[in-house]
Amino acid sequence: MQPESQPIGTLGQGNLDGVSVGEHTQQFITFTLGNEEYGIDIMVVREIKGWTETTMIPNAPAHVRGVINLRGVIVPIFDLRARFGVGLTVPTSMHVVIIVAAGSRTVGLLVDTVSDIISVDPKAIRPVPEMGLPSEDQYLDGLVAIEERMVTLVSLAGLFGMATEAKRSFAPDMATTKAA
Amino acid sequence: MMSESEAYPLEQFRKTYFEECAELLDVLQANLELLAAGAGGEETLHAIFRAVHSIKGGAGAFGFSSLVAFSHVLEGLLDAMREQKVDATPDVKQLLLRASDALADIVNAARSERVLPAEFASDILTGMEEVLAGASGATAPASAMSGLESANVAVQGERSYRIVFTPHTEMLQKANEPLLLFRQLRKLGGLTVDANTSRLPAFEALEPEAAYLGWTFVLETGAPESAIHEVFEFVEDDCDLSIVLLHEAAEAVSAATAASATEVAPTAVAAAEPSATVAPTPSQSIRVDVDKVDRLVNLVGELVITQAMLTEQGSLLPVDQYPAMIQGIEALAQSARELQESVMAIRAQPVKSVFARMPRVVRDLAATLGKEVKIVTSGEMTEIDKTVIEQLNDPLTHMIRNALDHGIESPDDRVAAGKPRQGTIHLSAAQRSGRIVIEVSDDGRGLNREKVLAKARDRGLVAAGVNPTEEEIDNLIFLPAFSTADVVSNISGRGVGMDVVKRNVQALGGRISVQSRFGAGSRFTMSLPLTLAVVDGMVVSVGKETFIVPLTAIIESLRPQPSDINPVVGRGDVLALRGEYLPLTYLHRSFAIGSAVTDPCQGIVIIVQSEGAGRIGVVVDELLGQQQVVVKSLEANYDAVDGISGATILGNGRVALILDVARVREIGEKSGVRTITPKEKTIEVREDMTHAA
Repeated sequence: MQPESQPIGTLGQGNLDGVSVGEHTQQFITFTLGNEEYGIDIMVVREIKGWTETTMIPNAPAHVRGVINLRGVIVPIFDLRARFGVGLTVPTSMHVVIIVAAGSRTVGLLVDTVSDIISVDPKAIRPVPEMGLPSEDQYLDGLVAIEERMVTLVSLAGLFGMATEAKRSFAPDMATTKAA
Repeated sequence: MMSESEAYPLEQFRKTYFEECAELLDVLQANLELLAAGAGGEETLHAIFRAVHSIKGGAGAFGFSSLVAFSHVLEGLLDAMREQKVDATPDVKQLLLRASDALADIVNAARSERVLPAEFASDILTGMEEVLAGASGATAPASAMSGLESANVAVQGERSYRIVFTPHTEMLQKANEPLLLFRQLRKLGGLTVDANTSRLPAFEALEPEAAYLGWTFVLETGAPESAIHEVFEFVEDDCDLSIVLLHEAAEAVSAATAASATEVAPTAVAAAEPSATVAPTPSQSIRVDVDKVDRLVNLVGELVITQAMLTEQGSLLPVDQYPAMIQGIEALAQSARELQESVMAIRAQPVKSVFARMPRVVRDLAATLGKEVKIVTSGEMTEIDKTVIEQLNDPLTHMIRNALDHGIESPDDRVAAGKPRQGTIHLSAAQRSGRIVIEVSDDGRGLNREKVLAKARDRGLVAAGVNPTEEEIDNLIFLPAFSTADVVSNISGRGVGMDVVKRNVQALGGRISVQSRFGAGSRFTMSLPLTLAVVDGMVVSVGKETFIVPLTAIIESLRPQPSDINPVVGRGDVLALRGEYLPLTYLHRSFAIGSAVTDPCQGIVIIVQSEGAGRIGVVVDELLGQQQVVVKSLEANYDAVDGISGATILGNGRVALILDVARVREIGEKSGVRTITPKEKTIEVREDMTHAA
């Protein structure tokens, strides 16, 4: 990947209509963590539900908030804020869990709120500029400007170390968070 | 339409064929054992023949030529035996057993698309051919064997036949592919084909799975007419077939002569019971995808959880106000339990499917080791859940190998010890109080306790001055890295010992033990749960968390007195229990759970059997009650977690993790290693961590 060092402000000239779905547009569900807005491919989202108490998994990394019972299936919940290394979320009933299909697994992502569905022309997606945090590039897919806001697109594959596919494992994540 | 149906369904048929092959090979093996034991009657021989015949038939359709060739000769021999042209002498029985082993190898090779060396099993083939040749020489010419006929093909001149082949509409649904038949026919000689489309309905009435076409062939061939019948052998019941000799005109033969039609019916084969010296009544059965059954099991699991929740809520209702409601909840509980049992019974299979593989293990290994061993099995109809059966093969094979390698002596040694030359391994299964008990016993040399103990002391497994009981000595062999064989053979000493067997069995929620008499033999006893899908568990709490401890793992539980707890420098705390000292493992430390009971005298100590350290005490806060839980996978969406064997859903809808108590101590030790070296300090540090969390 060749990150171009353009100022972010000039990105995303393509004015995007938030509703219409064009031939070549991709749809994302956007959610917030604090003041930041992120987007995730709508095709991987299975459902959105409110936060419920989880059952802890012993000796799991901090961003693993435990497991819940999703209609008989045991689903792990990941704290996306903790995964991004910016502290633990203190979940309330107002917090939201996005259930996504990550490869063959079903997992939940704990976020603050879900805000919108946006349609994006893939050409309008800009690479994430180098910020001296190489590990973050793996789970950030790109940046896109929507009206006045900037939305960071999250890559599920990068998030769960599935870029390499092979044996799906959360173990490497554990190592990185422990080190952090 | 034809071209579309070529690639994909063929792969499906192939898969089904090999599934059937596996079953047929089991049937074959079991019946051969019966025959070899002299127990089988005529029906046994028929069952053997049918199995081989069906394997051959499918192999022909898929073009596995070496499989066809081999099974053809074997079938010939069996046929000759059926017609009593060949007697079932011990030599012949032995030959059949070896042939069936070879057949299994050839099937496996075909399945994995491996090519076997050309000389594979050629000695067996030659052996069978010799027996056959002897038989046909002594009695009438063996015209029943089409294999010998094909040798005569060259002698006969070319003849032409007219074959009218009209499939019944449902023929395609029975996994028959006309194209494959045509290809077979073409191999016999020059072929011209006319298709008869008169039955083809209007497009909108067309059933995609129905056969509408018919064909008329003219075949110029030197092969005998029976070869043509053979091509249509498996569809004869599903079509109208006429084969007419055009040259030399005369006798028109109808396919209705198919005498062997019953042999083709797969249900008859599947239902064939090996134990049946009495003619078996074919039990009605259907073939169902395991996935569908698993789905059913899962759904019933959900139902049971919901029912448990309703029962819990119902118990809060005042009986006098809601009598009907409470009655309904009780009835629901009853039906749900029965439903669950019935559904689990669908997945239950006789252990026969695993036991049947063992004679071969014994035969192969006995030959390698130069020992004479027979295996006797009993209770193979004992049923156990499929999930357990699948996990049973490895430990069982290992135990049998172990008995053969370490237990049974060489023939000369046995004679010197006043035993029969031939050793016996007894494999049995029985159901006892909700569990299945499998025993492997041998009449070999038994465990040499002195040697075992010396070795254990040598390895520091038993401290000097400690005198274990005989039973304890015997069970030392289950400790990791313990092998009593003087020379590590590549049979059972390949780096895995009985400790692996023990771990496998424990992973199944089972237990294993050994009784032995020096010079007289050993008996290994394993006790397994009937299913892995449901576990009887003790619900315990640690801090705010709830865990399930499998009941089978719990030896006892108690609340100790402060005087029973003693710190041992560098080893943590030990619990004095009836003169023994058991190490304590604090679950809240192993799992870093805050606000838990830290004093064992305020909580509960559960005594369990751990993996490496013998019996240990696990400290939890409280016992909440006993409950049957449905095991759910944690790995499906997450990873395996050390110390956790699975998850379940409680009556309140929350997830509870199921403890793998055998591993809990190791986790405690591992997290200790992570921190500072002096052990007393580690504990302090961890306490701090816990408080901070």
